[in-house]
Amino acid sequence: MRREIPLGITIFVGFLAIVSFFSPPLEGLGEDFTLFFDIIAVFAFFLGGGNLVRIHATKLIKRKADWVYSIVTLIGFFGMLAAGLLKVGNPGGIAAPVTAPGSLFSTLYFNLNLPLGATMYALLAFYVASASYRAFRAKNREATVLLVAAFVILLGSTPFGTMLTSWIPHSLDILQIPNMAVWTLSAPNLAGQRAIMIGIGLGVVSMSLRLILGIERTYLGDDRG
Amino acid sequence: MTAGAQEPVSGDSVPTAPAVASVTLLTAEDYDYDDGDNLVLTWEPSTDDQPDVGSVTGYRVYRITNNGEPVAVADLLPGSQSFRVQDLLVDSAYQFYVVTLSAKTSAESMRTSVMLTEREWINWNLWNLMLITLVIGGAILVYIETAKRGKKLFIRKIAGLEAIDDAIGRATEMGRPILFIPGIQDMDDVQTLAALTILGRVAEQVATYDIKIRMPVSRSLVMTAARETIKASYQAAGRPDAYSEDMVSYITDEQFGYVAAVSGIMVREKPATVFLLGTFLAESLILAETGNSIGAIQIAGTARPAQLPFFVAACDFTLIGEELFAASAYLSGEPRALGSLKGQDVGKAMAMAAVVLGVAAVTLYSLTEVGFFKTAADWLQALFTITSD
Repeated sequence: MRREIPLGITIFVGFLAIVSFFSPPLEGLGEDFTLFFDIIAVFAFFLGGGNLVRIHATKLIKRKADWVYSIVTLIGFFGMLAAGLLKVGNPGGIAAPVTAPGSLFSTLYFNLNLPLGATMYALLAFYVASASYRAFRAKNREATVLLVAAFVILLGSTPFGTMLTSWIPHSLDILQIPNMAVWTLSAPNLAGQRAIMIGIGLGVVSMSLRLILGIERTYLGDDRG
Repeated sequence: MTAGAQEPVSGDSVPTAPAVASVTLLTAEDYDYDDGDNLVLTWEPSTDDQPDVGSVTGYRVYRITNNGEPVAVADLLPGSQSFRVQDLLVDSAYQFYVVTLSAKTSAESMRTSVMLTEREWINWNLWNLMLITLVIGGAILVYIETAKRGKKLFIRKIAGLEAIDDAIGRATEMGRPILFIPGIQDMDDVQTLAALTILGRVAEQVATYDIKIRMPVSRSLVMTAARETIKASYQAAGRPDAYSEDMVSYITDEQFGYVAAVSGIMVREKPATVFLLGTFLAESLILAETGNSIGAIQIAGTARPAQLPFFVAACDFTLIGEELFAASAYLSGEPRALGSLKGQDVGKAMAMAAVVLGVAAVTLYSLTEVGFFKTAADWLQALFTITSD
């Protein structure tokens, strides 16, 4: 029964979701199911949060490797929890919204969390450079084509690229670097992306049918699916 | 006042504002393919409704209630010729009229005949999508049945999946753990489910070779499902005692907080093999490059086309789009699952045929201007266009 009940719910909800797309009276069911999921996910947060606290508290108590960082984690966790639950510093007190301007929660979020997130995001600039350095090497035919295409697109985005081929007459303007860059992105690149997306769509249909029909059951913890 | 002019004598009539013409041909019709809560009103605008020079300032739609009282339903701008009335009751009778408004006067139209709302159970506007769904879904079911009867189905080699065994073997030889990242979305994302099905196969091998697996997740429900998956895999491998709940840990829902934590785990614990399977956003390159910097063998897979180039550049093997969804069937070799892979090839064949025929039709029309080719091209386009209204 431990597997059959979730499987039965999957089959029932899966077929209902498909039918609801084509049936106007059942159209609202899709949104209802999404809402049900959101409610379950919120309750599941207690499991995740509890797991986080347990792991870091254990690390701290037993002085495992890097236990100092667990102090930071726990202070951050309980600090934000208290600031949000107790609405510390909120104009309007406990009845005010959690993210009211001037509240401690809002201050910590906008002055601590967001800049830290932006810092991580900024790493992308350096990682793009390092990944490009490794990827754009003419080791074989395909890599050479990739290198040339990347070169054209990069140059085409700069005034220097425009200047380099500005002498080409209008009748052959497709050979101008900016136009070649636009063509590369809008023709072969877009065609490839669309082909991938068609494959993805069909893959999603196949995977979804396997899940709905109960052929795929690994996610339920049943390895014999 | 000029000489000879006469002043108006009291009792003479005061000039009134000119009358405005009402709308004509007002009709009410049932709105197609709805839940019986919509009607559509159409009319010919007032003859005084002219751009820039007309006297009409707007239209007001009225509904007649059961006790005969009119209720204003909407105010519309000049030039309006139709209005969709919503939030009505199914199988109920309604009557409407439209009042043309000007600066000083108004004109009421004739009332519509009494109209019943109707509920349609099937939206036939989506006939093309129904047809495609039936064809592709039917093909998948047919091939599943074919595979169940024992027919061998050819599936091409997928390099990323063939490398999983070697990647796990590498971790075994080096004595270092495996890191499995199932993306940053929740259990309602099909890519996360695809990642968990691969996790089941990977975890069974991990249990067999007695190496560690580490799985930091960013969603609580994924943590719960992943624990069940790994536990079942360890039981299937005959190693239930080796399973520990701490193999899967929740980090945070916050995108870059999760990325920072996972990057830290990679740098500190130096896993030999990293699996990046599921939905990724901007963090894909950060994770892939960090994994590359520690010398781990990386197998990535996502169905987000925008992230694929980053994985291809930074990872050793990449499962592109549908290969991620095919992975569980490919790895298990289970006939019914393999049959579904063959079935989706029918969809690909349909797409290819439509592209070739469509391109041919449009090209031939532009060359010959024969109407048949344009009709064919338009029909093909309509077949793959969704119109729900």
